[in-house]
Amino acid sequence: MSEPRIDVQVEHRHAPPPTDARHPNTCPKCGSHYRDDELAGALWVCAHCGYHFPMRARARVEWYADPGSFQEEAAGVRSEDPLDFFDLRPYVERLAEAELNTGQGEAMVVGHATLDGHPIELAVMDFAFLGGSMGSAVGEKFSRACDAAAERGTPLIAVPSSGGARMQEGILSLMQLPKTVCAVEDMHDARVPLIVVMTHPTTAGVLASFASLGDVTIAEPGALIAFTGPRVVQQTTREKLPEDFGLAEQNLRFGHLDAIVPRAEQRDYLSRALRLFT
Amino acid sequence: MSERDQEVNLRQRLSGLSRLPLLRGARVEGEAERLEKQLERLKADTSDESIWRSVELARHPERPYTLDYVARFVDDWLELHGDRSRADDGALVTGLGKIDGRTVAIVGHQKGRDVKERLDRQFGMAYPEGYHKAMRVMEIAERFQLPVVALVDTPGAYPGVAAEQHGQGGAIARSQAAMARLTVPTVACIIGEGGSGGAVALAVADRVLMQENAIYSVITPEGCAAILWRDAGEAKKAAAAFKPDALHCLDLGVIDGIVPEPPGGAQTDHDAAARYLKSALVEALEDLDDTPGDELRRRRRAKFRGMGVFA
Repeated sequence: MSEPRIDVQVEHRHAPPPTDARHPNTCPKCGSHYRDDELAGALWVCAHCGYHFPMRARARVEWYADPGSFQEEAAGVRSEDPLDFFDLRPYVERLAEAELNTGQGEAMVVGHATLDGHPIELAVMDFAFLGGSMGSAVGEKFSRACDAAAERGTPLIAVPSSGGARMQEGILSLMQLPKTVCAVEDMHDARVPLIVVMTHPTTAGVLASFASLGDVTIAEPGALIAFTGPRVVQQTTREKLPEDFGLAEQNLRFGHLDAIVPRAEQRDYLSRALRLFT
Repeated sequence: MSERDQEVNLRQRLSGLSRLPLLRGARVEGEAERLEKQLERLKADTSDESIWRSVELARHPERPYTLDYVARFVDDWLELHGDRSRADDGALVTGLGKIDGRTVAIVGHQKGRDVKERLDRQFGMAYPEGYHKAMRVMEIAERFQLPVVALVDTPGAYPGVAAEQHGQGGAIARSQAAMARLTVPTVACIIGEGGSGGAVALAVADRVLMQENAIYSVITPEGCAAILWRDAGEAKKAAAAFKPDALHCLDLGVIDGIVPEPPGGAQTDHDAAARYLKSALVEALEDLDDTPGDELRRRRRAKFRGMGVFA
C-alpha cells in the first residue's frame, strides 16, 4: 500500500521565488565552503578550483602595501545628493546604508604606500559599496590620487571593481568619465605610469574611462570586463553569446589585456613592473 | 526646501542663464525677441512633463541629424571614411569642411532616416571602429591645427558581442583621452540624444553646448527604470529623477550653453535649427580663437576635472 502523500507545494504558492541563497563563503563554481579565516588566508581564492571571491578594498590595500606603509588620502571625501534623487528609496538613504554595511565612506580607497620597497600610489575600488559605482566622490578621489602620484613621481596602481557610473548622480556621474580621463592625462604628462589590475567586475563607465588607460593592464581570472554586460547585450540584440563572453580570458585573446594574473602571483608581477618604471 | 529657498534657487538659475552668450548669434538675424520669449518659457517650465517632452523631441524621427546640418552650413564637405584598421562605421561620420570660411574637422553621430539606413547606421550607435575613425580625424586636426566640431546624437555605444570583442570600453576611454590631448579649439554640441559613454566619447571639448530640446544622460530613461524601478515602463519617472534636459545640465555646470531651436522643436524647421546651431558654433570658435593651444588644453582638463558635487 502506498503511503499517503501530503502536497506541500500549496503552502509555498505565495512564497517569494527562490533567491541565490548561497553563503558568501561558498564557492559558486565548485561548492566548496570555507571559514572566514581560511578564505582570508588564501587571499579569498578557492583552494579547490581557483575561483576568485571578491576582495574588499581594505584587505587588498593591506596586502599590496608593505606592512605599515599605507597612508590613506582623501579619506573624508563623501558623496552628496545634487539631484535629490529618489527611486524606490532616497539616494542619501542608500549611501548611509552602504557606509554602515561596509565601514567605507565611499567605493574607493586611495593613498600612498610602498610595495617591496617601491613607492606607489594606490586607488582601490570596493564593489561592496553600492556596486563599486563611480559618482562624484569616487571621481574626485581618483583625480587626487593621480595628482599625488604625479607630485611624488610614483606609479599609480588602480584596481577597478565596478558596475559603472552611479546613476543616482545623473549626468554628473557620466562626467566622472572625462574627469578621471583628464586626471590620467595630466599624470601621464608628468611621466608617471598607470598600472591597472582589473577585478570582477570592471564594466561600463569605469571600463570606458581610467580603467582602460593603463600603461600595463592585467586582470584577475574569470573577471567580467565589458562595457555592456552579457544580460543587456542578450536583451537588446538577441545575439547568441559566446561561452566566455566578456570574461578576462576573452579580453586577453582579443588583445585588451597584457596578462591574466592569479591573485597569489599579483604582488610579484606588480613588483617586477615597478622595477621597470623606477 | 522652503518656498523661499526655492525662489532664491530659481532666481540664481535665471541669472546664470541670462549671462549666457547664446543669443548673440541669433540677434544678428533679428529674431532675438521671439527666442528670448522661448527662453523665458524654458526657464519657467522645468516640470517632469517638460523633461519628458525633451526626451521625446530629442528622439523625434524627423529631427535633423549631423549630415542634415553639414548639408546646411558646411562648405566643401569632404567626408572621410574608415578607421584604417577594420571597418567604416556608418553610425559615426567624420570629415573636413568649412564653416564660415574656416576649415574644421567634424565628427558626429548619424542615425538613419529610413528603415534601411537606420539598420546600416545601427540607429546611431557606434562600434569601437567608429571611435577609432573619429580619433583618426582628430589626429588630422591636430597635425594641421584645425578646430574640431563634434555633433553628438546617440542612444549610446553599440551594445553587441562584436563591439565588446573589439574593445568598446577602451575605444570610448581613448577617444576622450585623445580629445583631452588636443591643442586645437574644440566645440561639441548635443543635437539630440547624448547617451552615456558613447556620447561623452566625443564631448570632451572646450565648449560643450546643448540644443534646447536635447538630452544628455548617464543611461537611457528606460535603462535606469529597468535597474532602479525594476520596470522599464517607469521611464518617465526615471527621466524626471535624473534630469537629462539642457537646463539641468547647465545648472549642474556640465554644459556651457544652450542653443535655441525653432518653435516646437528642431524637427519643425531644419533650416532655422541649422542657422541657430551655426551661429552658436561660430561664436564658440571665435571665443576660443586667441587662446594658445597648450592653454586651451590646460583649461579644458581643468574644467572637466572640476566637475562633480561632493563633500
